[in-house]
Amino acid sequence: MGLFAAVGKRAARRWEEIDANLSFLGEAFAASAATLATPHRFRFADCALAFERAAVGGLSISLGIGLLLGLILAFQSAAALQMFGAEVYVADLLAIGLFRELGPLITAIILAGRSGSAFAAEIGTMKVDEELDALRTMGLEPVRFLVVPRIVAATLAMPVLTIFCELAGLVGGALVLRMMDVPTPVYWKHVTAAATPFMVLFGLGKGALFGFIAALVGCGSGMNTRSTADGVGVAATRAVVGSIVAIAIADGVLAVLCYVWDL
Amino acid sequence: MGEEIISLKNVDAGYPGATILKDVTFSVSKGEIFILLGRSGCGKSTVMKHMIGLNPVLGGELSVAGMQWGRKTRAALCRKIGVMFQSGALFGSMTCLENVMLPLEEFSRLDADGRADKAMGLLADVGLADAAGKLPNEISGGMKKRVAIARAMALDPEVVFLDEPSAGLDPITSSALDDLILELRASRGTTFVVVTHELPSIFKIADRCAMFDKARQAMIALGTPRELAESSKDVFVRRFFGRGEAKGATQTA
Repeated sequence: MGLFAAVGKRAARRWEEIDANLSFLGEAFAASAATLATPHRFRFADCALAFERAAVGGLSISLGIGLLLGLILAFQSAAALQMFGAEVYVADLLAIGLFRELGPLITAIILAGRSGSAFAAEIGTMKVDEELDALRTMGLEPVRFLVVPRIVAATLAMPVLTIFCELAGLVGGALVLRMMDVPTPVYWKHVTAAATPFMVLFGLGKGALFGFIAALVGCGSGMNTRSTADGVGVAATRAVVGSIVAIAIADGVLAVLCYVWDL
Repeated sequence: MGEEIISLKNVDAGYPGATILKDVTFSVSKGEIFILLGRSGCGKSTVMKHMIGLNPVLGGELSVAGMQWGRKTRAALCRKIGVMFQSGALFGSMTCLENVMLPLEEFSRLDADGRADKAMGLLADVGLADAAGKLPNEISGGMKKRVAIARAMALDPEVVFLDEPSAGLDPITSSALDDLILELRASRGTTFVVVTHELPSIFKIADRCAMFDKARQAMIALGTPRELAESSKDVFVRRFFGRGEAKGATQTA
């Protein structure tokens, strides 16, 4: 009986969460549409602040991780390609890998960890402190007031961070190939030949989509924070885990679509 | 008694699946200071949440300024009320002045200077003009509540709701806050609905009180503080007011 009760309670709680998440999604889209209809009511200052925190605050870590990623990928692939005297093709591998896939993905994971969790913690704390109720009683919808500016900020910040991460990765690859006596101009020639403008833009678009997802999941976790001692911590954890899972799923769907449409 | 501004008729209060109080009926008149009273957890804050439109009532009728809470009336009703939450609920990233200016930015037709002047005037009214540039974490709990009252008054509401204004404050600060409520009522004619269980505050500011009891899931008394303290036959009410048990005292089920 105890087991049944526990399973039932857990199922009921899970259903409540799904219900809350669906409600939040609906509210977020309605608020976004309302913002598009009345752009003068968009909170540009809040959006700029969130953008600064996400983009400027996340720049150094994106550069660092990008550089390390480039170094590691170059070392790992060069070891294999060197056997065939084809180490120069590490440049092609890095360009395609970073611009098309790893740049947006790694940057999105960084953004989810930094900004997604921060959004969840900020909004969660506001909920626990009754600030969301205060907004509602003033006739201000928390989703339009707090969530929309953060989603716009993260969606705009991601392409910026992505391009810096990708360039840092390419610099890392250049350093490794320089050690393997591949001239740097040759390396860059291979990079520019492999990375088509469409590929770069597609990667940045993916980055923007992943930023949107990370912010949506982060803000949703914050809005659904429970007023318990560990509520904000749980919301922040959920934001990171949920964002990464959602981003991975979106990436998988995009990969399939690219294959089907031969992009 | 003056014109009725809030009316509750047979209201069931609580959350879906969890009724806390049943058949709550009372009304609040314009300019009145009305207290929602009872022990912790008795449902008085829940009743207030229904009154400010955060939670829908489970049954019965509730109207504020002649309107019931709903999608179409929400915007209009939000302009007619101001709310001070227990913690103050000030926005941590905004200064005290910006907190008070927020409702004005969103809903008033004043220009930027006009908004700033009005917000400064409100802060001066609550004795905090000097704290205008400070962030909420740089001021005391009592000051936060004063700023929250100033913010609640920003759009000149007809009713201001205060949730536990004395909670966590020392007796002197608490008494000063009571004086502020009386001053604001006298100067602006605002109606106040206050959730509290602080007896000194109740006797100082209340015109009338409604008292709730969780065990009976009911409103068990309605009247002036003096009537409740001196004339009630209910054991619970008498014990709450520290009057002991009167001869013939009862506890209605």
